[in-house]
Amino acid sequence: MDFFRFENDIPFTRYRLFSFTLSIIITISSVYFLATKGLNLAVDFTGGTVMEISYQQPADLNKTRQVLADIGMPDAIVQNFGTSRDVMIRLPVKEEHAGGDLSETVIAALKADDPSVEMRRIEFVGPQVGDELLENGLLALLFVAMGIVAYLAFRFEWKFGVSCIIANLHDVLTILGCFSFFQWEFDLTVLAAVLAVLGYSVNESVVISDRIRENFRKLRKATTEHVINNAITETMSRTIITHGSTQLVVVSMFLFGGEALHNFALALTIGILFGIYSSIMIASPTLLLLGAKREDLVKIRKPKEEVVP
Amino acid sequence: MNRYPLWKYIIIAASILLGLLYTLPNFFGESPAVQISPLRAGAHTDTALLQRVEQTLKQQNIPYSGTILEATGIKIRFADTDTQIKAKDILSAEIDSNDYIVALNLLPNSPQWMRHISALPMYLGLDLRGGVHFMLQVDMDGALTKSLDRFSADLRSTLREKRIPSAGISRERSKVIIKFRDGQARERAIAEFKKAFEDLDFQPDNSAGEPRLVISIKPEALIGMQNSAVQRNITTLRNRVNELGVAEPIIQQAGADRVIVQLPGVQDTAKAKEILGRTATLEVRMVDEKGDIDAALRGAVPLGTELFTERGSGPILVKKQILLTGDRITDAQPGFDQDNQPAVHLTLDNNGSRIFKQLTRNNVGKRMAILLVEKNLTEVVTAPVIREEIGGGRVQISGKMSSIEARDVALLLRAGALAAPMEIVEERTVGPSLGAENITKGFNSTLYGFLGVAAFIMVYYSSIGVISTIALAINLLFLIGLLSILQATLTLPGMAGMALTVGMAIDANVLINERIRDEIRHGASPQAAIHAGYDRAWDAIIDTNLTTMLAGIGLMVFGSGPVKGFAVVLCLGILTTLFSAVTVSRAMVNLMYGNRKLTHVPIGSIKMLKKSSKKN
Repeated sequence: MDFFRFENDIPFTRYRLFSFTLSIIITISSVYFLATKGLNLAVDFTGGTVMEISYQQPADLNKTRQVLADIGMPDAIVQNFGTSRDVMIRLPVKEEHAGGDLSETVIAALKADDPSVEMRRIEFVGPQVGDELLENGLLALLFVAMGIVAYLAFRFEWKFGVSCIIANLHDVLTILGCFSFFQWEFDLTVLAAVLAVLGYSVNESVVISDRIRENFRKLRKATTEHVINNAITETMSRTIITHGSTQLVVVSMFLFGGEALHNFALALTIGILFGIYSSIMIASPTLLLLGAKREDLVKIRKPKEEVVP
Repeated sequence: MNRYPLWKYIIIAASILLGLLYTLPNFFGESPAVQISPLRAGAHTDTALLQRVEQTLKQQNIPYSGTILEATGIKIRFADTDTQIKAKDILSAEIDSNDYIVALNLLPNSPQWMRHISALPMYLGLDLRGGVHFMLQVDMDGALTKSLDRFSADLRSTLREKRIPSAGISRERSKVIIKFRDGQARERAIAEFKKAFEDLDFQPDNSAGEPRLVISIKPEALIGMQNSAVQRNITTLRNRVNELGVAEPIIQQAGADRVIVQLPGVQDTAKAKEILGRTATLEVRMVDEKGDIDAALRGAVPLGTELFTERGSGPILVKKQILLTGDRITDAQPGFDQDNQPAVHLTLDNNGSRIFKQLTRNNVGKRMAILLVEKNLTEVVTAPVIREEIGGGRVQISGKMSSIEARDVALLLRAGALAAPMEIVEERTVGPSLGAENITKGFNSTLYGFLGVAAFIMVYYSSIGVISTIALAINLLFLIGLLSILQATLTLPGMAGMALTVGMAIDANVLINERIRDEIRHGASPQAAIHAGYDRAWDAIIDTNLTTMLAGIGLMVFGSGPVKGFAVVLCLGILTTLFSAVTVSRAMVNLMYGNRKLTHVPIGSIKMLKKSSKKN
């Protein structure tokens, strides 16, 4: 089998006007949604209490709400979670319940109402911890982004680092934009997924850059544009297979991993799809715009000895 | 050209064998057990204790399937959880709870010889085994206030001893301020203080129109105090957790002022929180006999005193100055006094005994109040008249309390006081059924993901694809083996990291295989194509993996809890990928094809390029 093989180079860079326009629209709308709607931050970041409880029979949410209102928590959010018997309760941070003894009160009240209720999970995060996590998350993003630029600048050339990170941040922004638009819950695992995407989608650009460098040595008379397009076309089948495999695993996580890995898998899916798009349609044309040329790469290292067949 | 020297094959075979060996313990499962561990330095777990345990179990007709005697405790294995719980109840009744804790535990079922070579299963995180995780924050301001109060008491007594006149001593936030009548007295005070208090900084100040001395704690001393406060709190917490009887609790410092407590298998979070959060300290202060209690009840509490309620009696005025605190207590036991009333017997340390002796000698005939401070509530337990000097460091508190109260007070005092108040800032509780579900889910998503990738790769790349798949499986084996050797904690995000490693690791093999196909398209001979494929793909493989590693390190450095678990697996997965995708798969290819004349590379059907000649 040989699916993704193309006889001639596909002129990817020629569509740059289209792809840049599309990406600018995506970027602007992501920023717009983030600014207006914000992220639906989970308790990990905002602080508060989340409880997951399970009833023997399908749960009567109104009754649960009533019980909570009776003990002075009318602002609790009660919803089904997974199945009709599982219920998730969210409570904001309460001044008078510093130190997380809120969950005890709730469990006691629910047990009094229906002794069959079973506690599955409690998460309480104090506000001071949440702020720190957000701060650390942003620091991690910065650290990774700078690390990638530095590494690529060292291995290739600064233009490769810059074009790659522009494409990467575009992916990150897209994920955040989607989470903001659909108001999916953004928790710690999603943050981990975003950072993993940052490291993962750079692979694409690296493989292409690697091929570009090689092509500069091999196709001595070709234009930069030709070299880039050829590199992308030649690595196309690898791109599709690799991302397909990763996506397969992520889908498996989405289907079988349960609620805890749901949003993690979702973020990775968006990251993988946009990772392909951005490294081909954004990173490479950006490289062209930055004026990458043969001398940037070829003079740095002596050409490797060719293996003569 | 596609041959490896023998030593390379040996290294690869050896690492696969090691990987297998250390992965194996994870598949044996665990059986319910009861763990008996010593609570005090004096208590040992020895064969005598083991015999006693075995005898007890035999007498009660409780079958057990094995015992392990270790320096850290005795573990007894049972067939099912019902027997385990029954045995625990019987053993806790039999064994002195002051010397040993009897706790429920799970023991790996792997054979003895595996344990001898430290082939142990991975440690499951709380999200996979159920239990509770707390993060507690030490209130440093509280610790500071406490020590400043202690310092002001010491400063005051120094002034009195040296007969230096002063016009009042007070604490203002993080500073102690002493007013003086004249500058000369201040000079003398500074000279005396500098001799006695190395940790303090003294700043004369005249801005308020009178000679004052502003005293603060030196920054370096402050750091030392904070560290020791956290350390002492950890010790105290450890004592308290022991009272809960939890097997293998984790109590460790996290950052400058936080402590993490993890209690596997604990279901009763209310009880756990109550025990952890209890702060009982004892304070000895003098009763203010002259104060007007009626006026105080109306709100006019005399300066330098506080109004409390005496247990079983009425309101009482007590001086603010703390003469002795619970820090000086080395032991507390419930018991009875001369009149056969429930009492708590305290033993003080050397310093405490000295202070107490001096205190009782100087105040014969006066009333002393013993206060119990618990959960920010202060109560006067008893306020006896001092009849004579009490030396020797043995003190007895006999207020109006029941024997149960006496036992609780003794337990709280024995568990020690916190050096600084603490607050729960994070709690994560996972029920045991959810934990078991999480394991299944994590396992399934890795399994199905692996099967999907394997099926595709084998169909697409035929024989070479089979080799890639085996390399991928070996990669997973290495990863689990490595995690087991490192005794890393496996969490659900960690399992996600494992699944993701499967998806990402195949990238290296795809790069290689595509390269081989490329070379064939361009007319290379089969052996040359394989050689060039592995050789040329290496650059891209190392670059892609190192950049992903960078993200992993970022997560490890800045992430916390579950995210860190994910990052560790991700980074280790990259390391095993580099080895297995390149070296192991190549060894297999070399073994299979290296010595043969190949007419074609079994890497699936390839569309040949028509214009291939133009490329070279």
